[in-house]
Amino acid sequence: MRPITYQRATDAPSAVQALAAAASANNPLIDAAVQPLAGGTTLLDLMKLDVMRPSVLVDINPLSDAWSAVTLDGGNLKLGVLARMSDVAANPDVQRNYLVIAESLKLAASPQLRNMASLGGNVLQRTRCTYFRDVSYDNCNKRNPGSGCAAMNGFNRTHAVLGTSEQCIATYPGDFAQALIARDATVEITGKSGVRSMRFAE
Amino acid sequence: MTDVRDKKPASGFNRRAFISGAAGAASFPLLAQAAGAAESTAAAHDPSLPVDVTLQVNGTAKSLNVDARTTLLDALREHIGLTGSKKGCDHGQCGACTVMVGGRRVLSCLTLALTVQDKQITTIEGLSQGDKLHPMQQAFIDQDAFQCGYCTPGQIVSAIACVKEGHATNDDDIREYMSGNICRCAAYPNIVAAVKQAAPAMADEPKG
Repeated sequence: MRPITYQRATDAPSAVQALAAAASANNPLIDAAVQPLAGGTTLLDLMKLDVMRPSVLVDINPLSDAWSAVTLDGGNLKLGVLARMSDVAANPDVQRNYLVIAESLKLAASPQLRNMASLGGNVLQRTRCTYFRDVSYDNCNKRNPGSGCAAMNGFNRTHAVLGTSEQCIATYPGDFAQALIARDATVEITGKSGVRSMRFAE
Repeated sequence: MTDVRDKKPASGFNRRAFISGAAGAASFPLLAQAAGAAESTAAAHDPSLPVDVTLQVNGTAKSLNVDARTTLLDALREHIGLTGSKKGCDHGQCGACTVMVGGRRVLSCLTLALTVQDKQITTIEGLSQGDKLHPMQQAFIDQDAFQCGYCTPGQIVSAIACVKEGHATNDDDIREYMSGNICRCAAYPNIVAAVKQAAPAMADEPKG
């Protein structure tokens, strides 16, 4: 793992500012030098593999009080981005009215990982493609755009059949995101220009 | 984090501390900075320099000076000297590093030590009361729930959490909720038996 500077987020606007400042069109948030740290179950794993190489981690867990609530209000379920998978899966309101969400979270990963992993991180988790995770393969369009795809002619039995392109046949690993699409969820995004909403499926 | 192999004791003289001290950069205020100052802070702080961390481990405060990359597992094993928690895969897949943080079972190999300074950490070493083993430890012995023993500390911590979470009511649940701990000796039937033996004995413990 490469050296990092660790920072604790003190409030949402400054955290967003720090993260947005490091991202650009050619260097989107997932590749940016400043990364948000929530559960860390994807980020630290990929940092150990040298796939993700941030130089600054902004620990957003101090924002949990505001960002981890799960509320059912007038038939609308609102899930906080820092809520943990295990807590949401065990939430009575979610279990009663949104079984597909509860099950998608409960049946994923392991109890320890579900205790750690945040909903936001779950949605943003990266593919498990072996060639993406192994930096000794130079040709991975996800890691090095334009370098090709080692999986095309490699061991690709578990790779995608549908929804592929000439550039990549990796699968998206999450179940929770499919549940969100099935329930036509809306995602509320806080960015440097304020809060905006979009359909999750988009 | 296999490249960080600081065999440094928790206190006392060592080469890194000497070099950083001699360079006149002995203190590194880092925490609780406004995240908005990310860029200037990144420039101001040499990330290769160690930072101060205080961990509450098994009821005792441990003050360390470690690289910011240090995982909780490495902090426990390499810096504090609690080698009960094991490093199996170091990627969150095997469960050998399972510890309790704030009453929840987590994987210490995917947890940065810096992030859990305000939480109570319980490791396998913190379970017994003197010579009296925790009921789960005793049950693992009684039921012969291990062979090589490498995964056992993680299994026991996870099993205690499994019971406290209320997931030890039947065999299927125990298997499902112990599935984050892999045993390559395949002692699984005995592990299930151990969890079933210890669960009633743990009824008096506070729910986690």
